[in-house]
Amino acid sequence: MPPPPLFAIQPVLRRIVNRVATDNPDMFGRLGPHYNAHFVIDPVNLPFVLVLRPDPDDLLLDARQRNDIPPHDAKVSGSFLDLLMLVDGDLDGDALFFARDLTITGNTEAVVCLRNALDDIDGSIAENISDMFGPPGRAALGILRRAKQRNKSE
Amino acid sequence: MNRPELVCPAGTPSAMRTAVEAGADAVYCGFQNATNARNFPGLNFTVPELEKSVRHAHNGGTKVLLAVNTFPPAGKVDLWKEAVDTGAKLGVDAFIVADIGVADYIAKNYPDIRLHLSVQAAASTPEAIKFYCREFNIKRVVLPRILTVPEIKTMADEIPCEIETFIFGNHGLMVEGRCSLTNYITGLSTNMDGVCSPAAQIQYIKDDSGNLTTKLGEFTIDCFSCDENAGYPTICKGRYLTPAHDGAYYAFEEPISLNLSTLLPDLMAAGVTALKIEGRQRSRAYVKSVVTAYRKAVDNIMAGHNPEISDLLALTEGQKETQGAFKSKAWR
Amino acid sequence: MKPNLTIAPILFHWNAERKLEFYARIADEAPVDVVYLGEIICSKRTPFFENHYDEVAERLVRGGKTVVFSTLAEVMLKRERNMIAGFCDLEDFELEINDSSALWHLDDKSYRVGSLMNVYNEDTMAYLVAKGATHFTLPAELPRDSIAILAAHAKELGATTEVQVFGRVSLALSARCYHARAHGRIKDNCQFVCEEDMDGMPLNTLDGEEFLTVNGIQTLSHSYLNLLDDMDDMKEMGVTHFRLVPHTQDMVAVANIFREALDDTVSAEESSEKLTALDIPAPFSNGFWNGRPGHQWVGEV
Repeated sequence: MPPPPLFAIQPVLRRIVNRVATDNPDMFGRLGPHYNAHFVIDPVNLPFVLVLRPDPDDLLLDARQRNDIPPHDAKVSGSFLDLLMLVDGDLDGDALFFARDLTITGNTEAVVCLRNALDDIDGSIAENISDMFGPPGRAALGILRRAKQRNKSE
Repeated sequence: MNRPELVCPAGTPSAMRTAVEAGADAVYCGFQNATNARNFPGLNFTVPELEKSVRHAHNGGTKVLLAVNTFPPAGKVDLWKEAVDTGAKLGVDAFIVADIGVADYIAKNYPDIRLHLSVQAAASTPEAIKFYCREFNIKRVVLPRILTVPEIKTMADEIPCEIETFIFGNHGLMVEGRCSLTNYITGLSTNMDGVCSPAAQIQYIKDDSGNLTTKLGEFTIDCFSCDENAGYPTICKGRYLTPAHDGAYYAFEEPISLNLSTLLPDLMAAGVTALKIEGRQRSRAYVKSVVTAYRKAVDNIMAGHNPEISDLLALTEGQKETQGAFKSKAWR
Repeated sequence: MKPNLTIAPILFHWNAERKLEFYARIADEAPVDVVYLGEIICSKRTPFFENHYDEVAERLVRGGKTVVFSTLAEVMLKRERNMIAGFCDLEDFELEINDSSALWHLDDKSYRVGSLMNVYNEDTMAYLVAKGATHFTLPAELPRDSIAILAAHAKELGATTEVQVFGRVSLALSARCYHARAHGRIKDNCQFVCEEDMDGMPLNTLDGEEFLTVNGIQTLSHSYLNLLDDMDDMKEMGVTHFRLVPHTQDMVAVANIFREALDDTVSAEESSEKLTALDIPAPFSNGFWNGRPGHQWVGEV
């Protein structure tokens, strides 16, 4: 499979991260000294990774090819759906870790801070994001969630 | 049988709202510093956050218990007094304390606010508890996780205060308040800094065949083969070697969580006033599942039904559960 | 006040013969001022030596030592609670308490507070002094700065302070016996396997690195605490008592080395050399004192 055209999703990612940051200005306090750390979010079943720098003054959420992962402070790997549900407060990160469905490397404290910051966001980040894209966005989220339910019940 | 209070963890304002919604009778929480025993990065409450959260919890009919349950080292006592003063100003319903000096400060300055004796005080006998009750007018003791249910029953008959016991969550092996293993390895103290296995000194190392080595500081705590469930690199849950034992073994305890759902009726009959769920460091997804399940179980027992409890195994460390010391002395 | 050298209670399960021999030598030969007697770790071990305390105490007193009885660190069972109550009724000897159960009984009596009690700050210290405490052995994990404040405070309150300066450091207590567990047994059926490890059972990491030491329900450091070089500093801040934890090494020799250092009759270098020459089978540590991880050895700054 040829590498996906990442240039197409970069603006979308930028809109997503700006939206989350604008809606939840309080979350950055929980990052403590790690607000400018570089996190690699690695959905192991997708052909690309995401690079996140949760610095409110210099936000970054960037898709990168797997052969183009920049230097980073920490990396969180898991299936795309697990990661989505984790960010959304639907799954417990520790439980995923115990089950070996989540792998953390690098600066563990930075990851814990990011986890706690995201976990303190009320409601569903995924829903807020899908709303940004109107009915197609909501439909896409619905499909993902049903897929997750199927996985769970299997 | 009195209806017991379900006491639930709140590591963030969002987790607190989740607990209130899921039916917590009380939530416990702490400030973002060494004054509480879950002083983890990115966790806990700022003063404005707690102010808002107390209001929200009270609107939902839920009590807020503030953990000020570490031991201030000489020279730093003011930070603990400040936490108490702030908590009192914000209208918390009780303080959870372990240090005699802190208890004395609250008893003298805020005699109208309830005092709960933290599990960190390690008061394990009627005499120890009666001492704290006599000196500081303690209203409730959180019992160390080392007693069997019959021992708790005996205790209830002998002490003048309420009893709170843990029913679910992380299952520390050492007597709380009497463990400096983390400080020995990391330089940060559980008693003085509120830290256990600090994330900043944890390393997860995955090799090419999928084995996961967990390290605390410079020491290896465990190594999980790729098909094994994992645990945190907590010293008391590590695998070690000793000449008397054939091969590596969990010298203290394996990664496992406490789950007393089947003992709930016995605990309630033994006179336990409050049931505590551990896990301020866990996500709101955890809080939602565990609080919802136990809310239902307690309500069922009170209504005379079976305490059916949904499966919480997925949330437990190492994906294993135990009834620990509560079930039988053989655990010791 | 002349600095006091003290011998902590024997933490490990030594048989009666070995204990008698040990205390005989301490009584007759060791330049120590105070000896703490009593089983503080496991109540199951107490019957083995119960009948010997009178004669041991008498011999120690004859040797010019002050004898203090130390109580159990973890009290749970009815039998253990009765033991505490009994100790608190003792008239002839001073008492060192290691669990808050004893505080209930000691309302109008003076007592010493052991290092396994949580006295971390001046407020707690002042409260206990008002309740009869006269002497504090401070928790081993306290850093120098806190010890300095507590020592000064104790002086003002008319109390004395003690700091462990030698031996493995107690790090944790549990309800479960880890000696029994290592041998596939439980506490009630332990068959006293802890007797096999007279300085505790070694626990190494999966890499084979020496890590911790198990003594029944107690977990200790692998390293031996050695604060020989810091005793001058402690004396200056007002610490009055210096505690040696007994091990199978020649404790009379250890006591002599620390005595000479306390009395400044021998240079610091020479004392250190002598202690090193005892060939203790574990590294020295002083991390807690220096506010560092406890297992570390911080050399001269």
